[in-house]
Amino acid sequence: MAKSPEQEHPQAAFGWAARDPSGLLSPFKFSRRTTGEKDVKFKVFFCGICHSDLHSVRNEWGFSTYPLVPGHEIVGEVVEVGSKVEKFKAGDKVGVGCLVGSCGSCDSCHDQLENYCPKMILTYGAMYHDGTMTHGGYSNMMVVDEHFAIKFPQNMPLDAGAPLLCAGITVYSPMKFFGLDHPGIHLGLVGLGGLGHVAVKFAKAMGVKVTVISSSPGKREEALQRLGADAFLISSDTNQVQAAMGTMDGIIDTVSAVHPILPLIGLLKQNGKLVLVGAPDRPLELPVFPLIFGRKIVAGSCIGGIQETQEMIDFAAKHKITADIEVISIDYVNTAMDRLAKGDVKYRFVIDIGNTLKEA
Amino acid sequence: MTARAFTGENGDEDVTIKILFCGVCHSDLHVAKNEWGFTNYPVVPGHEMVGTVMKVGSDVKKFKVGERVGVGVIVGSCKKCESCQQDLENYCPQTIFTYNSHYTDGTKTYGGYSDMIVVDERYVLRFPDNLPLEGGAPLLCAGITVYSPMKYYGMTEPGKHLGVAGLGGLGHVAVKMGKAFGLKVTVISSSPKKETEAIERLGADSFLVTSDPAKMKAALGTMDYIIDTVSAVHPLLPLLSLLKLNGKLVTVGLPDKPLELPIFPLVLGRKLVGGSDIGGMKETQEMLDFCAKHGIAADVEVIQMDYINTAMERLAKSDVRYRFVIDVASSLSQ
Repeated sequence: MAKSPEQEHPQAAFGWAARDPSGLLSPFKFSRRTTGEKDVKFKVFFCGICHSDLHSVRNEWGFSTYPLVPGHEIVGEVVEVGSKVEKFKAGDKVGVGCLVGSCGSCDSCHDQLENYCPKMILTYGAMYHDGTMTHGGYSNMMVVDEHFAIKFPQNMPLDAGAPLLCAGITVYSPMKFFGLDHPGIHLGLVGLGGLGHVAVKFAKAMGVKVTVISSSPGKREEALQRLGADAFLISSDTNQVQAAMGTMDGIIDTVSAVHPILPLIGLLKQNGKLVLVGAPDRPLELPVFPLIFGRKIVAGSCIGGIQETQEMIDFAAKHKITADIEVISIDYVNTAMDRLAKGDVKYRFVIDIGNTLKEA
Repeated sequence: MTARAFTGENGDEDVTIKILFCGVCHSDLHVAKNEWGFTNYPVVPGHEMVGTVMKVGSDVKKFKVGERVGVGVIVGSCKKCESCQQDLENYCPQTIFTYNSHYTDGTKTYGGYSDMIVVDERYVLRFPDNLPLEGGAPLLCAGITVYSPMKYYGMTEPGKHLGVAGLGGLGHVAVKMGKAFGLKVTVISSSPKKETEAIERLGADSFLVTSDPAKMKAALGTMDYIIDTVSAVHPLLPLLSLLKLNGKLVTVGLPDKPLELPIFPLVLGRKLVGGSDIGGMKETQEMLDFCAKHGIAADVEVIQMDYINTAMERLAKSDVRYRFVIDVASSLSQ
């Protein structure tokens, strides 16, 4: 007979979980595994709310299992380390992103690309090596293999740095891989949300010219004045789009809804690259002629490996880049999810777990 | 299609060519039937032609009378833009195509289903001595169309695994080039009957029928790159699934409607779909020389000009191994 979540593991834990596809979160008692010799145990201070959390709690991708404790932009403080842990000690600030495990032996793992390991283990909603379900950061504490723990920079605010653990790496990795990371490059960014606003900041720090491509005219001033984008273009304004045709070396598309990519392909220069990091749940229409006549590509990218995530956090710390956030109490989480579904947040909710998550 | 006569004057930089052979490219069929919607009739198709030089203009440096030459898909470009300066005349915004296009003076361009043509020397290729004329003609479009992306997208590392989707005019040349680059080559096709050909005659290492679920499953995540030569609308998901991490699917076929692009496989495998369009003049010459060195020519069925309409009907049904080539010189007399 399957053990209850509270009895599964020896260390008691509590958090908020969704019980069904309504996605409504409520207090949940469960347990975490023993701190193994390579594990780090930490108390959670903050956890960012990623749009993936929303997709998951509402089973929008069709593979959620309940109860589900979301959260993969987690920051906290180490309370205990296993006997073979080398990178951390009690009192260190630590972050955990989207992954808590991988096979460790495939080519991807050897190339520091745990995010492309066929057996990668997601921070929540996935099966761990011991056959139990992983639970994420909307919880009071976590036990994680030190390989998957990120050293959190001293000078980085914990709350505003948390979203970088998913949003940050998701845009940083393709910017590096596809060569869109140096002066002389003109980068388009589609969607000004959790991912998009961080991408603007990274790009400016890399010396890249940035055009934000959005469907919301109300975001123009924000994009240009506060975030430092060089230009702003409304995707439905054919004159603006026409004037910008063939001007961008690359575009990172953070929009997860189904949307037309033909205009985006037109904005690219010859040999330009359209990189999708949002994953719409249905196929998009791919017009082939413009790809052929401009020798352009459409590619995808998925978060980043652990080493690269550390590199990204250190880069952000060096350039004083953090996410723009709205800190909330855990009791507000369901309202936050509804607002997130409407894009009503500038630009990430972060749950103040440390101060507001109390055992029921 | 009926016979038409055409004469042109030879400018200082031009070369007048007596056309000996001209390949029948699927694009000729698309344009003859206005399937892309921009045909300007009357149209004389043909952009895979080989012939001999009859006359050279006073400023011509590269060719002499009597030399064997080829003309491919383009006969002009602006010569000034960044693309032209990088020997990428095929990406010039003002490319002039060999047929169904216009010169800057407004006159129409007519292609190789004709007895002679006058072309600016920049757009004429030196035809290697040891390439057969009939088998070499299709390289001028089919050959460069697969060679260029193979180089650009890095599909030339010996030992890597290339998938070639579609075994027609382009596909069969891609198989030969792939083997010459030292790649492992798998043909991906919807026609099981092409298997013996592909392996025994063309030298492919393996053959995958898209409608065989067990074989497709066994091949998941095994290919470094795929050249997709299929011009009909077709699903991309099965092809994307065949690619390894960071795999590249390069499409050179021109379907007349958009394709469906599933995003999850791109994101989860950091894969890409790219396009490519023929090649520049310098690269086309490089391709011809590469083919001459490796003994690569197209497999052709030589026809007379008056067979062309039947050939077009057969081409529409893919009933050709693998290119028709018109023996222009012997069948088109004034």
